[in-house]
Amino acid sequence: MDDLLQISRLTKQFGGLVAVSDVSFSVREGEILSIIGPNGAGKSTLFKLASSFLRPTAGEVRFRGERISGLAPHVVARRGVVRTFQETTIFKGMTVRENVIIAHQLRANASLLGYYFASSVARRDEAEFGRSADEILAFLGLDGIRNDPAVTLPHGHLRALGIAIGLATNPTVLLLDEPFAGMNHDETMRAVEIVLGVRRRGVTVLLVEHDMPAVMQISDRIVVLNFGEKIAEGTPAEIQQNQKVIEAYLGVEDESIGI
Amino acid sequence: MSSTSKLFSALAFLLVTLVAVPWLITVTRRLDLYYTLTSVALLAIASGGVWLTFYIGRINIGQAAFALMGGYVSAILVVTYGVPFWLTLPLAGLFCAVASILIGLPILRLRGVYFAMVTLVLTEVARLLALALPVTNGAKGLVNIPLPGSTTLFGVTLIPDFATLANPRLTFYLISVVLMVICYAGLYRLVHSRVGRLCLSLQQNEELASSIGVNVAYLRVVIYAVSSLLGGLGGAMFVAISQSIYPSSFTITDSINFMLNCFLGGLGYVFGPILGTFLLYFGWDLLFQTGRLQLLIFSSVLIALMLILPNGLLSLRLFRRSKG
Repeated sequence: MDDLLQISRLTKQFGGLVAVSDVSFSVREGEILSIIGPNGAGKSTLFKLASSFLRPTAGEVRFRGERISGLAPHVVARRGVVRTFQETTIFKGMTVRENVIIAHQLRANASLLGYYFASSVARRDEAEFGRSADEILAFLGLDGIRNDPAVTLPHGHLRALGIAIGLATNPTVLLLDEPFAGMNHDETMRAVEIVLGVRRRGVTVLLVEHDMPAVMQISDRIVVLNFGEKIAEGTPAEIQQNQKVIEAYLGVEDESIGI
Repeated sequence: MSSTSKLFSALAFLLVTLVAVPWLITVTRRLDLYYTLTSVALLAIASGGVWLTFYIGRINIGQAAFALMGGYVSAILVVTYGVPFWLTLPLAGLFCAVASILIGLPILRLRGVYFAMVTLVLTEVARLLALALPVTNGAKGLVNIPLPGSTTLFGVTLIPDFATLANPRLTFYLISVVLMVICYAGLYRLVHSRVGRLCLSLQQNEELASSIGVNVAYLRVVIYAVSSLLGGLGGAMFVAISQSIYPSSFTITDSINFMLNCFLGGLGYVFGPILGTFLLYFGWDLLFQTGRLQLLIFSSVLIALMLILPNGLLSLRLFRRSKG
């Protein structure tokens, strides 16, 4: 398997605080890689660095060998690296289907003027976006509520909508921000199925997560952060045995790291 | 609304404004109303631009700057260079659009109250520039601007020479309404195309929009340019009618009024600013009799309206429809 996303010697400082310090790892094509760590370990910062929503203080992120850190988020998305947000980040004033349709922007062939004057390219685009949106909604089990206003959705559906928005961009790598947070066991199991389904569509997944049992179940490999530094990297089995990881989580019930 | 009922509404609006209103004015001999209604139509055009910036999630209190700019561009071209007015009208709009791109590139990065404050300052900067620049003739302004001449296309007279008209006020009114209808038809199409959806995506969440590949900075500047173009068109037309322009022709009060027009009509309704401008303009005039209390009553009513109908007057109609 090839390295798709290379994170090398990434450092991010906020004033005197070093949120991420000299972290390196690679995401391989077709895998599910999870970033875990105790609260304040720098996971979210690393996530934003990887999706180019933050500019690193030092180090770089490369996608297929080309540097993407420092580029505008929409440019990085165009290359194929797309992030999702936590659940409340959707287009609240639109319906579920409208949310997914608008998220097809990367596949747009027509210009703004083309859409304004409904050129033939624009009309073909819009028909295609509609078809594709319906397919994605069906895939994620949201087709029953496609015309509901997005604000009215419950928890689990909101998360699925976030993933639907991500899938609409046709990403090569999808970065998921805590896809299982705040879910009960059944909801988590459904979400795990969705993430596995996303991978089956040929999308490489990088996720940041708290929910240890789900991470252990879903990940091919895991990167563990503590105080901004990478303390371990390996398969779920290796991570569970790793002494440094156990120490980092000391004080936390053993059960919560799935040991 | 189905497309036939939309067409019917549009035709009804045109009939009322282009036929019924002139007829009523002739019958009642209230020729002064032409000037008032023409002003409403032109101010509604500028307000439409402000409405559009609201649509991408920016509070714009700087539209008077572009109305002033458009007015001066047209006036200077007509007075100093003898360019026909009807050619200066699109040029004024384009000039404002280009200027707003240059201004917008840095300031559109700001959000919320910060953007609003900068645009407010912009209005004042425009006034001070008009005072200071040599071409604008300072505080004395440009006066005695000749009325627009005739314009012909393929030998057919589209618009007659204003100086020869017995009733130029009627013609100005008709042209202003037609210009307003064209501008709002353009806005309506924009809002109901994918471009409108993209604008909404910016209004609702810029971060999410950029994560799905929307070139947020580009779209913001394009929309701001369209907005300023409308401001420039409205301003240029206004100047042609009043035949004069001063640095105080459009001030911060106008900028705020443009914004209030949008609030009053409803930010969610593309035709809201037309209704808002109409009511605000006439409401202010009607309160003239109250003398010193005019401003007090006017502002109290506005505050009350915003509290009771935060989504604007047009939300009343939808409310009734969804109930019935």
